[in-house]
Amino acid sequence: MVRLVFFAVFSLLLLFVDARYRYLESARSALSILVSPIQRLATLPGAAWQLVGDFYITQSRQHSLLMENEELHRQHQLDAAQLLQLQTMQAENQQLRNLVELPLRNEFTAQLVEIAYAERDVFKRRILVSKGGNGNMLVGQVVMDDTGIVGQITRVYPWLSEVTLITEKDHAVPVQVLRNGLRAIVFGAGDTSQLSLRYTPISADVQVDDILVTSGIDGVYPPGIPVAKVITVERDPAYPFAHVTCLPVAGVDKHRHLMVLSKMPKLPERPLEKPALAGTDKRAKTGRRN
Amino acid sequence: MPVLPAIQARSEIQRPVSNTFILLSVLAALFLNGLPWEGIWLMLRPDFVAMVLLYWCMHKPWRLGIGLSWAVGIFADVADASLFGQHALAYTVLAFGGVVLNHRLQMFDLRQQTIQVAGILALTYAVYALVHWQVSGYVVWLYFLGCLTSTLLWAPLSMMFQAMRQKRVDRE
Repeated sequence: MVRLVFFAVFSLLLLFVDARYRYLESARSALSILVSPIQRLATLPGAAWQLVGDFYITQSRQHSLLMENEELHRQHQLDAAQLLQLQTMQAENQQLRNLVELPLRNEFTAQLVEIAYAERDVFKRRILVSKGGNGNMLVGQVVMDDTGIVGQITRVYPWLSEVTLITEKDHAVPVQVLRNGLRAIVFGAGDTSQLSLRYTPISADVQVDDILVTSGIDGVYPPGIPVAKVITVERDPAYPFAHVTCLPVAGVDKHRHLMVLSKMPKLPERPLEKPALAGTDKRAKTGRRN
Repeated sequence: MPVLPAIQARSEIQRPVSNTFILLSVLAALFLNGLPWEGIWLMLRPDFVAMVLLYWCMHKPWRLGIGLSWAVGIFADVADASLFGQHALAYTVLAFGGVVLNHRLQMFDLRQQTIQVAGILALTYAVYALVHWQVSGYVVWLYFLGCLTSTLLWAPLSMMFQAMRQKRVDRE
């Protein structure tokens, strides 16, 4: 009984410290070195199954692979032409921006990572990718695939990093509607296939099939990357906000490889709001004068 | 339905077991929990670690008791990237239930044990979900499906462990 109370209280203490202050990250990464062999071992059956599948595909579908290769080749040529066009437009854009003296859009570089495991906790939408502190991963880096935002890195171990997906419940991404530039915030719903746009007034100009892109306002996500597509808009006059559901553009639960963007440059710090303090300062000054 | 007679349970409880066997069983359980379960299978996955800990707490509480269960819980927290102490707290409660049940084990057959185990597991799952609810403010009710499958696993698991221990004793 004494031991039960002792360990229960100790656990509660740890929970409190971990939830509030995050002091224990180094202990966690140290212990993860001990646990990771078992985790690696546990991925082997899945990997073996994948290998068998790949073998089957190469054996039985050679013809379709050849066709696909040809198709991709054609697509590549098309894309290359468009890329050239893009480069000239980029140069032109840069020149125009220089002219109006706007800060340049930040260039970012990407690193390729592989998904090591999906999270095994029912409550969370997270994945672990196979590059960690030793591969220069940092907390706060943005993770995307070839079509849009997937999530951001929230915890870094020596050889692994934990990615919180945008579909994690209450995870917020500041976005803009591509069509008209309307700003909004998109929230995860705890379900892999849904996001919701909260706090949009009923009169807001949001339509089905609108594309939402990151606005870059908070400094975490770089601007202009697709996030979601609106699928339903319900306007019920009984509620102050419209009920908008969206579908993530990126395959949040699909791919095996993802891109991690280098960290965004820091925005200048938000000015502090201390009206009360300013008041006391004034009074102090006048006091001194008297 | 023929069930484990009380006298056999008593002899089982007194049978020796090596530390290596206990360690291997816990590692195997961590491995099974770590397999890439997804979607509904994740909900239905029995908590192998909890089952193995409960088995040893019931049969050998002086070898694997509350303290070691807590330590395994910490490892489970690292493996699952849950908050430090979340699994540990749940497994502490579980181990306490197991140790209490150890005194009564000799009186119960396998079916009666299963009913007792269901209670302990429900409490363990509730503790885990409660902590999550406190921290994040919502509960996934399907999570409790795992409690059911874990309970169903009790009889096969204890029969399997019993058979394995039997074999070891015969060899010795």
